[in-house]
Amino acid sequence: MSAHITLGEALRRRGVSRRGFLKFCTATASMMALPPTMVGAVAEALESAPRPSVIWLSFQECTGCTESLTRSHAPTVEGLIFDHISLDYHHTLQAASGDAAEEAREEAMHAHWGNYLLVVDGSIPLANPGYSTIAGMSNLDMLKESAEGAAAIIAVGSCAAFGGLPKAKPNPTGAVSVADIIKDKPIINVPGCPPVPSVMTGVLAHYLTFGTIPELDVYGRPKVFFGQNIHDRCYRRTFYDRGLFAKTFDDEGARKGWCLYRLGCKGPTTYNACATMKWNQGASWPIEAGHGCLGCSEPDFWDAGGFYRALSIPINDPAAAIGIGVVAGAAIGIASGAMAHRKKVEATHHREPLKVEQLEGKA
Amino acid sequence: MNTTDHAAVTLRPLLHEIHHALQRLAQVGEEHTIDLEALPFGPGDEALLLEFLGSGEVAAQLHALGESRVLESRFPGVWLVTHFSEEGVRLAQQLEITRTPALLRTPQEELGVAVEQFAQALREQGGADDV
Amino acid sequence: MTPMDFLQLVRGPLFDIALTIFIFGVLLRLFEIIILDRKRDLSEARGGEFIAGSKTIFRRFKPDREKLQHSPVPTILGYIFHLGFFICLLFFIPHIELIHSALGVSWPGLPNFLVDVVALITMGALVGLFLYRLTNPLLRFLSSFQDYFLLVVVFLTLATGYIAFHHIIEPYPLALGLHLLSVELLLVIFPFTKLMHTFTVFLGRYYNGAMAGRRGVQS
Repeated sequence: MSAHITLGEALRRRGVSRRGFLKFCTATASMMALPPTMVGAVAEALESAPRPSVIWLSFQECTGCTESLTRSHAPTVEGLIFDHISLDYHHTLQAASGDAAEEAREEAMHAHWGNYLLVVDGSIPLANPGYSTIAGMSNLDMLKESAEGAAAIIAVGSCAAFGGLPKAKPNPTGAVSVADIIKDKPIINVPGCPPVPSVMTGVLAHYLTFGTIPELDVYGRPKVFFGQNIHDRCYRRTFYDRGLFAKTFDDEGARKGWCLYRLGCKGPTTYNACATMKWNQGASWPIEAGHGCLGCSEPDFWDAGGFYRALSIPINDPAAAIGIGVVAGAAIGIASGAMAHRKKVEATHHREPLKVEQLEGKA
Repeated sequence: MNTTDHAAVTLRPLLHEIHHALQRLAQVGEEHTIDLEALPFGPGDEALLLEFLGSGEVAAQLHALGESRVLESRFPGVWLVTHFSEEGVRLAQQLEITRTPALLRTPQEELGVAVEQFAQALREQGGADDV
Repeated sequence: MTPMDFLQLVRGPLFDIALTIFIFGVLLRLFEIIILDRKRDLSEARGGEFIAGSKTIFRRFKPDREKLQHSPVPTILGYIFHLGFFICLLFFIPHIELIHSALGVSWPGLPNFLVDVVALITMGALVGLFLYRLTNPLLRFLSSFQDYFLLVVVFLTLATGYIAFHHIIEPYPLALGLHLLSVELLLVIFPFTKLMHTFTVFLGRYYNGAMAGRRGVQS
């Protein structure tokens, strides 16, 4: 496929009819979480969408994001999108290895300097560059080098977006996110552990379709996917409002599908598309499966005080605070009382009663 | 409260949206589309919606980049359009409040091609002299 | 600092510090009062101290008729506020979870919409009390900065809780963080301000009742 061919042309060459194309646009718009009225605009934009080069870097990560992406549920549509982008470098998915692989990255960078899309999964260790290297190159150097010629960067997964599990206390590798290092490029954060597959493809599709960065929230996440609060969109919300909660994972409340707040659900602090896009071909999502939300698309979710502790419970065990308070308060209170008592006793002891004679000046 | 009651509560806003859209279609001819994939359905919600909508006089099947089904509900003007991929996985599901879903009409872009193809077929069938 | 950093801070170290100061301060002041040297009463006792003292603790929950007639507005608003505040504090399920995690005790909560209504009424009562304090000449003369300040701090805990529950401020971590921060402020100033009456009121009632009991009169 030539680099100049548009997506509309590519689809026609594959024998996709106009109806097929419109259907593809409907599915893409739905995947991008756009309202149905936008299908026309999507069709128009996709018709002339150019074919971008994509370089995908993997740093301190578990490949879960790539696993999630390659199992996304609409292979035809997402396949067409991936067929259309030119994925020039991806450790896990590329056939080339060793020097040939690295050459492919450099070639793509030089050929599309200033125009390629850089996708990153995994965090970057700063404590010691030797913690994670590729072809002898530290993650930090590779990120800086590849970011320089990129048009935009998509940080896929909570590790690339926020530091992720490698950054969990005590952060032995000094892991940081992409945005902690790269300051002069547009960065789209697509967090999640892993992100919803169709959110990843949706963001790619948005870039491919409109060639622009979607509107981002305070964490650099596309608002269209991360603008909705899990708790607000949860179908179990009515139970929360009525005070009906599951207290264990196998009690009556759990069986009746009541709210999972008391079991540590982090839905109220979490913004993601799970409640609508769902997982596994739209089959279900964690809360529907009976498990509270972990808040995996939020920064520091790994250090937020335990997955099974209700959100209203402080992060640290209050026992220490209570212990110190009780012991110190009681001790100093008693000591202060004892001192007051001693002062009184002493005062009584040294009391020099005034005699009438003294007052009358006769002493 | 069982699943059905619960679904009935969460579905009410959607049913009202459909009702209003239907009113607008009847009065001013304004069309409306609802992306069902974008709604936070709980278990049983979708089944209940489909049961409520029922099936009407028209059921069409398209074969373009996988199958698509276009069904008119028991309420004329309320259509359920479901797209499947070539692998049979559901891609999108929409409710269209319209007199004819756009997908059923022949696209303008393909009419020109159709004229050509027809002429070609005619030539092959009966010789070129009378075209 | 992002909203989540803020929430982690107030749910983590700040909460620990506030709780420690609260418990430390409350116990410090209670012990100071309890072991305070009191002059021995050498008069002959005409009745028991303990039962009379304990009875008074409960008897004075009942509104005083004279006070009710003399100044009905602050009395009624005061009752509404106190009752409402304790309902919000003790019967909102997330609060019960917090108490359960800290003390291991639990009890049934109220449906959220009930707590919601109570919170609104309680905030209304607080606003009323504040305005009354400002407009009543005698009360205004007697009020110090602390009296107004405490009303504001208590109001903030309720208001931020209401805001967090209804997601009025987005993102939610910021709203919840503000609620926790206002509660932490309350905890820290609690032992060193008039808020301490939450505990000392019972000591005061007991001493009053016990003294009256010893003299053989009703407190």
